[in-house]
Amino acid sequence: MQPTGMLGEDGIHVDMNHLKKGEVNLGTSIMAINFKDGVILGADSRTTTGAYIANRVTDKLTQVSDTIWCCRSGSAADTQAVADIVQHHLSMYAVTNDEQPTTQTAAAIFQDLCYDNKDQLSAGIIIAGYDHRHGGQVYSLPLGGSLHKQSYAIGGSGSTYIYGYCDSYWKENMTEEGGIAFVKGALSEAIKWDGSSGGVIRMVVLTAKGAVRHLYLPDQAYEGPGKQPKAV
Amino acid sequence: MGGFDFSNHSRNAALHAQGFPLPTATSTGTTIVGCLFDGGVVIAADTRATSGPIVADKNCEKLHFITPQIWCAGAGTAADTEFTTSLISSNLELHSLSTGRQPRVVTCMTMLKQHLFRYQGHIGAYLVVAGCDPTGAHLFTVHAHGSTDKLPYVTMGSGSLAAMSVFETAWKGNMTRQGAVDLCSEAIKAGIFNDLGSGSNVDVCIITPEKATLLRNHITPNEREKKMRDYRFKKGTTAVLNQKIITRADISKYVTVHELDDGTPVAAEKMDVDT
Repeated sequence: MQPTGMLGEDGIHVDMNHLKKGEVNLGTSIMAINFKDGVILGADSRTTTGAYIANRVTDKLTQVSDTIWCCRSGSAADTQAVADIVQHHLSMYAVTNDEQPTTQTAAAIFQDLCYDNKDQLSAGIIIAGYDHRHGGQVYSLPLGGSLHKQSYAIGGSGSTYIYGYCDSYWKENMTEEGGIAFVKGALSEAIKWDGSSGGVIRMVVLTAKGAVRHLYLPDQAYEGPGKQPKAV
Repeated sequence: MGGFDFSNHSRNAALHAQGFPLPTATSTGTTIVGCLFDGGVVIAADTRATSGPIVADKNCEKLHFITPQIWCAGAGTAADTEFTTSLISSNLELHSLSTGRQPRVVTCMTMLKQHLFRYQGHIGAYLVVAGCDPTGAHLFTVHAHGSTDKLPYVTMGSGSLAAMSVFETAWKGNMTRQGAVDLCSEAIKAGIFNDLGSGSNVDVCIITPEKATLLRNHITPNEREKKMRDYRFKKGTTAVLNQKIITRADISKYVTVHELDDGTPVAAEKMDVDT
């Protein structure tokens, strides 16, 4: 194949299948939503190398600052590298400005990296965070490097199966229970229909009080154990 | 500036275009595993190195030293695992000297992943990183493209599926030291017997906060037995057609002959062989 970057022969459509041979892939279902008191991030836990599940309990919800997290999809190596660089930038920002960065700032740094290196990266990222100026915010950063502020965002290979579900069941200003049920319901469907998604459902509930992790196991029909004792 | 020289890549591509086969690297078609236990971590590896269908080394070492408390098991391209681990080993020693602290396993893992990510998978090193530091016992996998995972038990290499099946049936939480060594050995044996790319012996390394113990050839399930028959021909099997005796005086005309003290023959100088 000729090196045409990420664009297809028409020069418009993006080539989604340019993962290098043997690369670890996050064939994924991820999402983040706004709710009454903040944001909820959710993800499945499957990482694959070809047909083999390299990790069945992956953590795709990555913290990049005190109150800003992201959901990673695409190449595991690329998204980990990008998240690590953003985490570094944000920690420098917090020290030099003596102030925690806003979600918008984090999203802009993610966009800079993903747009500038779009030809080498396959990274689809959802950024969600809570800051006292803007409250909870959700940003979607798909493959080409465009950035979209949304009330909720879904991503990864499994997301194609839940556009209808999310469109029907989405309500603004849900309660925490309602938000968890929405994310859990959507991700269970994505896991059910998408072969590249699976394992447990992980969630992070981000509010003014901080981050709380949740875990939902397939052998308990994604009902429990729920809130994890140690908040990260 | 240091780094790798990739100019041979275009040479190889040009030669390949003319119909020459591409050169192949020695790969450690491998089984490597790791497992955490209460108070430490164990890693283990088989000892077969292959070059295509040929077994290049029947007893190679795939457990690499990083620091006294951090060890690494390597799969993939043999040269890449060897050089990557020794490079990071050097840099970690300098790092711990300049900070005056014991090196951490996360630091080692981060240096490895950033090095491998920079080379976009061209450095074919697939590693299991394990060790103890002031923050506890840690176990990671690092893939050639630079992605990492943190798990209580891990397998890598061509025998990873066979080894993982052992872990998934027998692993339990809060293992003892002996339990972890036995489980890792069983997992490597599953690779040795069920994966063509893996074979020979089991190497194990146990790391606790106090010390690291390398058990080289912990299990040798493929000991070479003595041949049951001898295929040497008896003396006199072939008829003697003629005989010519050359005396010492005759040969002295052409070469210098030295008399040894007692006249007994001296063994030739021994060649160094990998053991």
